Amino acid sequence: MSGPLPKGTYKLPLQVDEDFYFILLSYRVCVQPVVEAPSLTRGLLTCIPPASCTGSPESALRPCIEVSGVSAATAREGRERDCSGTGTSALSLFSEAVMATYQEFIQQNEDRDGVRFSWNLWPSSRLEATRLVVPVSCLFTPLKERPDLPPVQYEPVQCSRANCKAVLNPLCQVDFRAKIWACNFCFQRNPFPPSYAGISDVNQPAELMPQFSTIEYIVQRGPQAPLIFLYVVDTCLEEEDLQALRESLQMSLSLLPPDALVGLITFGRMVQVHELSCEGIAKSYVFRGTKEFTAKQIQEMLGLMRPVNQAVQGRPPATEAPISCRFLQPVHKVDMNLTDLLGELQRDPWPVPQGKRPLRSTGIALSIAVGLLEGTYPNTGARVMLFTGGPPTQGPGMVVGDELKIPIRSWHDISKDNARHLKKATKYYEALANRSAVNGHCIDIYACALDQTGLLEMKCCSNLTGGHIVMGDSFNTSLFKQTFQRVFSKDYNGEFRMAFGGTMEVKTSRELKVSGAIGPCVSLNAKGPCVSESEMGIGGTSQWKVCGLSPSTTLAMYFEVVNQHNAPIPQGGRGAIQFITHYQHSNTQRRIRVTTVARNWADAQSQIQHIETSFDQEASAVLMARLGVFRAESEEGPDVLRWLDRQLIRLCQKFGQFNKDDPSSFRLSESLSLYPQFMFHLRRSPFLQVFNNSPDESSYYRHHFVRQDLTQSLIMIQPILYSYSFYGPPEPVLLDSSSILPDRILLMDTFFQLVIFHGETIAQWRKAGYQDMAEEILQTRHPMPRYIDTEHGGSQARFLLSKVNPSQTHNNLYSWGQETGAPILTDDVSLQVFMDHLKKLAVSSAT
Amino acid sequence: MSQQGYVATPPYSQAQAGMGGYPSGFGAPPSQPLYGHYGPPPQSYPSGQLGALKSPASSASALPPSPSPAQFSPNGLQNGAHSQRFPPPISTPSVSQYGQPPPAMFPTSASPAQAPHPTQQLTNQLSGMQISGYGHTPLQGPQSPSSSAVPPAFHPPPPAMGHPPLMSPGASSPMGAGPNMGAMTTAPPMGAPGPFPGQPHLGGGGFPQPPGPAGPQGFPTQQGAYGGQMAGPQPGFPGTFPGGASQMAGPPQKKLDPDSIPSTTQVIEDDQTKRGGQVYTTNLRGQVPPLVTTDFVVQDQGNASPRYMRCTTYSFPCTADQAKQCQVPLATIIKPFATIPKNETPLYLVNHGETGPIRCNRCKAYMCPFMQFIEGGRRYQCGFCSCVNEVPAFYFQHLDHIGRRVDFYERPELSLGSYEFTATVEYCKNKKPPNPPAFIFMIDVSYTNIKSGLVKLVCEELKTLLNQLPREEGAESSSVKVGFVTYNKILHFYNVKSALAQPQMMVVSDVVEMFVPLLDGLLVNFQESQSVINNLLDQIPDMFADTNESETVLAPVIQAGVEALKAAECSGKLFIFHSSMPTVEAPGKLKNRDDKKLLNTDKEKTLFQPQKGVYEQLVQDCVSSGCCVDLFLFPSQYVDVATMGSVSLHTGGSVYKYSNFQVPVDGDNFLRDLRGDVEKPIGFDSIMRVRTSTGFRATDFFGAIHMNNTTDVEMAAVDSDKAVTVEFKHDDVLAEDTGALIQCALLYTTVGGQRRLRIHNLGVNCSSQLADLYKSCETDALINFLAKSAYRAMVNQPLKTVRDILVKQTAHMLACYRKNCANPSAVSQLILPDAMKVFPVYMNSLLKSPALVGSVELSTDDRALHRLMVTTMGVEDTQVLFYPRLIPLHNIEAVGEGLPVAVRCSEERLSEGGLFLLENGRLLLLWLGEACPPELIQSLFNVPSFAHIGSEVSSLPELDSPQSKKLQSIIKRVREQRSHSMKLLIVKQKDRLETLFRQHLVEDKGLHGGASYMDFLCNVHREIRQLLT
Repeated sequence: MSGPLPKGTYKLPLQVDEDFYFILLSYRVCVQPVVEAPSLTRGLLTCIPPASCTGSPESALRPCIEVSGVSAATAREGRERDCSGTGTSALSLFSEAVMATYQEFIQQNEDRDGVRFSWNLWPSSRLEATRLVVPVSCLFTPLKERPDLPPVQYEPVQCSRANCKAVLNPLCQVDFRAKIWACNFCFQRNPFPPSYAGISDVNQPAELMPQFSTIEYIVQRGPQAPLIFLYVVDTCLEEEDLQALRESLQMSLSLLPPDALVGLITFGRMVQVHELSCEGIAKSYVFRGTKEFTAKQIQEMLGLMRPVNQAVQGRPPATEAPISCRFLQPVHKVDMNLTDLLGELQRDPWPVPQGKRPLRSTGIALSIAVGLLEGTYPNTGARVMLFTGGPPTQGPGMVVGDELKIPIRSWHDISKDNARHLKKATKYYEALANRSAVNGHCIDIYACALDQTGLLEMKCCSNLTGGHIVMGDSFNTSLFKQTFQRVFSKDYNGEFRMAFGGTMEVKTSRELKVSGAIGPCVSLNAKGPCVSESEMGIGGTSQWKVCGLSPSTTLAMYFEVVNQHNAPIPQGGRGAIQFITHYQHSNTQRRIRVTTVARNWADAQSQIQHIETSFDQEASAVLMARLGVFRAESEEGPDVLRWLDRQLIRLCQKFGQFNKDDPSSFRLSESLSLYPQFMFHLRRSPFLQVFNNSPDESSYYRHHFVRQDLTQSLIMIQPILYSYSFYGPPEPVLLDSSSILPDRILLMDTFFQLVIFHGETIAQWRKAGYQDMAEEILQTRHPMPRYIDTEHGGSQARFLLSKVNPSQTHNNLYSWGQETGAPILTDDVSLQVFMDHLKKLAVSSAT
Repeated sequence: MSQQGYVATPPYSQAQAGMGGYPSGFGAPPSQPLYGHYGPPPQSYPSGQLGALKSPASSASALPPSPSPAQFSPNGLQNGAHSQRFPPPISTPSVSQYGQPPPAMFPTSASPAQAPHPTQQLTNQLSGMQISGYGHTPLQGPQSPSSSAVPPAFHPPPPAMGHPPLMSPGASSPMGAGPNMGAMTTAPPMGAPGPFPGQPHLGGGGFPQPPGPAGPQGFPTQQGAYGGQMAGPQPGFPGTFPGGASQMAGPPQKKLDPDSIPSTTQVIEDDQTKRGGQVYTTNLRGQVPPLVTTDFVVQDQGNASPRYMRCTTYSFPCTADQAKQCQVPLATIIKPFATIPKNETPLYLVNHGETGPIRCNRCKAYMCPFMQFIEGGRRYQCGFCSCVNEVPAFYFQHLDHIGRRVDFYERPELSLGSYEFTATVEYCKNKKPPNPPAFIFMIDVSYTNIKSGLVKLVCEELKTLLNQLPREEGAESSSVKVGFVTYNKILHFYNVKSALAQPQMMVVSDVVEMFVPLLDGLLVNFQESQSVINNLLDQIPDMFADTNESETVLAPVIQAGVEALKAAECSGKLFIFHSSMPTVEAPGKLKNRDDKKLLNTDKEKTLFQPQKGVYEQLVQDCVSSGCCVDLFLFPSQYVDVATMGSVSLHTGGSVYKYSNFQVPVDGDNFLRDLRGDVEKPIGFDSIMRVRTSTGFRATDFFGAIHMNNTTDVEMAAVDSDKAVTVEFKHDDVLAEDTGALIQCALLYTTVGGQRRLRIHNLGVNCSSQLADLYKSCETDALINFLAKSAYRAMVNQPLKTVRDILVKQTAHMLACYRKNCANPSAVSQLILPDAMKVFPVYMNSLLKSPALVGSVELSTDDRALHRLMVTTMGVEDTQVLFYPRLIPLHNIEAVGEGLPVAVRCSEERLSEGGLFLLENGRLLLLWLGEACPPELIQSLFNVPSFAHIGSEVSSLPELDSPQSKKLQSIIKRVREQRSHSMKLLIVKQKDRLETLFRQHLVEDKGLHGGASYMDFLCNVHREIRQLLT
């Protein structure tokens, strides 16, 4: 997936130094040999004269305001083509120009390493870095799908320095004769291990080749642990829902790898742990839904205690194979049993009196699931899959009481501090999630109900363990069924797109430190020389645990430049970052993926232009948005918005060109031209606005926002709008009310929703073929978006109307009656007004 | 000094100095050095030979368990001859009888050689005892009315322990028996009933009406001879006896005759002869019903059948003072669900419509024959509180010329003593009609039970047994639901819903807070779910076949049962098959507190006190949700029956115990018990209320009950074996004309889920004459009451105190009779009211019962179980328990339709060549004499001789010989008469088991302590004399 590649408007003049250019080329070389790069040996860099620079500075500074709408639309188009596999568009767009634009560089970096930095040139001192407003940070997709990257069958060579342990990479200096390599992070000189005895100029291991800046190792050590899927199923469902769920679950058995272990816990008023290996009688262990047990108690009650004498005899318990557990059995052994069991699954039999909610012991069910896995398969890849049809109503973790007359908490209640159970429940689920994370198990939540189900409280279970959250209206919808099926989708190798028990470690060169990460991870509290004292996101560590990973799981990493202003980095110096990700592959192998990236340092005073052009506004928008969302979890909404606004204004002040106190003179360079627009939409997005969303919905949206990759995140921030008209081929249009015309069909993709909007007079064009596009998106997106088919004046039209830029509202009546679009009944400001204010504030001398 | 009740009466809480020596002396002679010679057999036996007057009975009782047969059997033979040697009776009372100076008798009857301590004091005592010991002179006349006739030498009260050795010669005396109740008060005490006529009356069938004055009420005179049945011809007393109070005046003959003291078997036989086979109509107030052992037919004509209610006396004293004076407890034993023979009418069901049964507005008594209709039938006056109530319009009926309603005979509630009402929703829990009850079978599947084969046995049995669930009369199938739970230290519930292809097992490990994991499918209709249930029952033994879990829980299991019933909103019964003491760390964990060191100390009572806390709460829970708990225990060691059983006791359940259970040995016995327990008639979730007419009220209740207040008797369930004993106390003066009315109303749920009220009404007489009271006493009921009250007292007071109280009360009752009712007679005479003449033997047996006598050889659990059992028993059960039936079977060929006449429970009645069957309602013991004819042995055991029978033989082979068939049928008949399945044990003479057998020979000296019948009589007499002086 590539980022948006706008048409020619963004051809940038590259005034870069040699080093940078070299790197640019060298990274390109493996993908697109447009420029011949010299062969790289021993990591010693050969200087190459810079290629010709193209483009004009004027175009770089061309104001973007007028074209912003259009450019956005074209950007989407480009991206979309990419998505649809036409592929070469990115390059072909630039075919007449020199290839080495930043866009291309960014694109290639993303394709190869799954990394997108906010700045591709790094300010060389702490002071300069802070003045750039957007921190040096990146979006990193640890398991980015790389069909062209075969894993190597040996283990990585690590730096021998105890607090470094960086992995040998193409940036290391290698002395082939002495068989010594120098760590590029700590400069420790390390001998190669004996197995590297045959190393030479012409016989290099893969990890030294530049195209292997990302490389994957297969670890052969240790027993192979099976994958574990533990279904935790709510039985307080309507019969229809339960039936659908039963079928989905039965179907899923056929999708699991045959040797995977599977378990079943059902809950309602009580929690039942089903024993799967018994013939003739269906056995289950039942727990009260109101009483919490420690993991030890749970294991005792399930009869899973290890024989005690083992330890006495002095044999280390670690040598024992994991005890077999009656509750987790290989699919191929028990699928008949389990299919029957699921088939006989009944609704919770306890009567639900009038005016009451069913008693649902979600909290205890989860705690038992976590305890069961904790006791039997710690540090083994496992998925707890919670299927729930309503809020937990009893026991620890209860979200709402069973009295129907007391509604489940709303944002209003929360802001008034009226949500009785919120804090306690959140704390409870956080504790569970942390326990689960420690053991490397991830928790999925599939919540299907018309009302809220307590995702706000339970979200941390998935957020901290890398599990999925799926929110739907009913299990009997294709939204759930297909999303669930897609959890088990396979990649080009026929392997599941899921990985388990990941830990991600970050190494930085000494001018940099890591401040934190935002994503579906927990801190492992690994202190070290590269850990910054200032925290952004989940900080204070250089290692994070990501229990459940998919190829699209993307973490935002934030760094701090620690180099002091008075200790300049020598010209041509580069900073390097290494990401080491240990994980359990879905084929049960343990693997390590190592990604090493480097960027040039630039002096912000002398090279501000270069830094500006190296700005990746898409990545930055997402990175800032993640910071905003992260803040929104703990701060008041308006504060977050104010913070975002202030950052934006500061950025505009820093990089905009204007005459003081003259808003009309304000200009932004093209590399920043879209950024304000993203922020505008972000401010209106459900990630920061709770209005019109339930707490659950907000949690759901935020959950996905902090884990999806850049493209998807951008769609979330600024939905894509396609227009189908009678007069020509479908085209991307501005996300603007002016796009809503009576004779158009609009298709909007907001990631969570796919809206088909029929213009007022469009009924007769219904067969124009717009379904195909929708179908295509529906096929590939995980989770599957909600498919909304609506029309002018339809109630669901709000999904579209709430997203478009309200350029015409009831407030600017002058445009009424014109053929240019439809007015939106909102008091929200339009993008124009927003920009006007932004310009005014940016140029104002007051700030 | 002694009181009727055992609760909160000060004397019981403190030891009584005067009585101090008695029980221990009787129980453990060696502890009293002074009489040390008496205890050890080697000493006593020679003395028996030396002393010409040594009673064979007492020597026998002092013998070790296996006396030398050579010495023993002659004694037995001698006994038979004694009666023949009585001097001729003297029919004219002689005032001078006691005028004979005691010393004169002394040398003749009791030789000085016999007295081991010929001190003056002892001599005095001795002489006193001789007199008290029913006299020694053959020609005793009526005692001088003046008490001053007693020689001064008698005045010093004999030390309590002083006399057993001296007593024995005099203990055996013929006894004058005047069973003619009508004559009791008027008959002069006959001083010399003992001298029997030289030619005894023949035929056990009864005496012709004596020629003497007949009873004023025209009752046929009951023949009251006391002869040894073994002796063949039955000696009678001469016809010149005008009946009269039973008296004991010792004949002075040298040989003492145990046959001459009142015999229970004789009393039973006489009553059977006199009233057996007859119809007993309950139309008269205050009639004394036939004995419980008698076979009679009841016709309900306004008073409840004695099968439902039996009183200690049918004539209440009018005033509280009198009651206090006589110390005869006023009580009734109510067995509301008693099984009635097929030839008696079952209870009618009355429906008073939506308004519910008609009740008195003031006292809430139900409509019954005691309501008097007045004002032409428009009103009625309550017989209990005298309140005048309006007759509801729908119930109005005109009165006939004698003021009786015209529909008198059409309405059971007007003409019968017992009937049922249909209850309305007002009488139901939460005003909702109840659901049919449920039976939950909870099987301990720990190692012990699996290994013993019990689990398999139970599961197999249930498959067929569940077809026999009790059902509503006339219903095609039972609506009782069944459920199954197994457990060891965790619980397994089973979903056996008929819709399932296979059962589902749900394990609950959280025993700390028990709950029921499923709502639907735990309790099902057996017929509907039969295949799933059978599937389950097949699987259970296999599922746990290789278990090695040996620990169990109990309280959580019961809790689970209660919760299950609560969830299903029904009442029901838990059948718990449990093996061991619950030692798992869970609520209701018990620890071994069986400490033999506590025996015979003040702390002994703690062994019988249930552990507090969890089990108490459990009882509350059970009772409030109508959950009855039946415990089947299969222990191999101490399991704290006192605590476990308390749950059953208070929930109307039963406890069955099979120690060291082995399927081949105890399997059949257990299955019979289980079948009986499942099938027997039962009512659930019941509340009983006993209302009385003004002047007295029910004050105390004993039985398998639970009481939250002082009036409502709550029973989670009540079945056909459970009886509640109710004690009454005076509030006021009772009127002779109205009598004392009792109405017992039992609200319950039937097995079909109907709510009903069962009403039993009984009227008894009131009399200001104490003699009436004594005349109308019912010994069996008295013993039932006294046993229950003593067993309740024993958890609060030292056992010794309890025993003392019983003796005191016995003496008091008899002394009061002597003082107030009997004609003046010598103090040395023991005079027993006719209706109570066998009271002492029962009382003695009660005193020797395992619960009241501690011995290291008796297991604490068995004693506790005995205590629990008796507490729930009806009169029939206590009667046979305290006086077992000993049936001679050596002439087995001659046995006809009826069972052979029982003989007295004494070792001397056994003969070496005999074969005896002893039953006490719990056990069947077949005793084989050493000299049993080989032919008989061959035909019964298929081995050539006595010696060939293995000592461990446990069952009777079923052979094709007529003798064997006969024996089998006799055993079957005996078993049919009892509610418990009695385990048959075969006891060979001089074998290990004989000890057990001897424990049941209640007339003999107790093996674990306790006096022989005769010794006890002497002792009581001494007490009486003390009271009278």
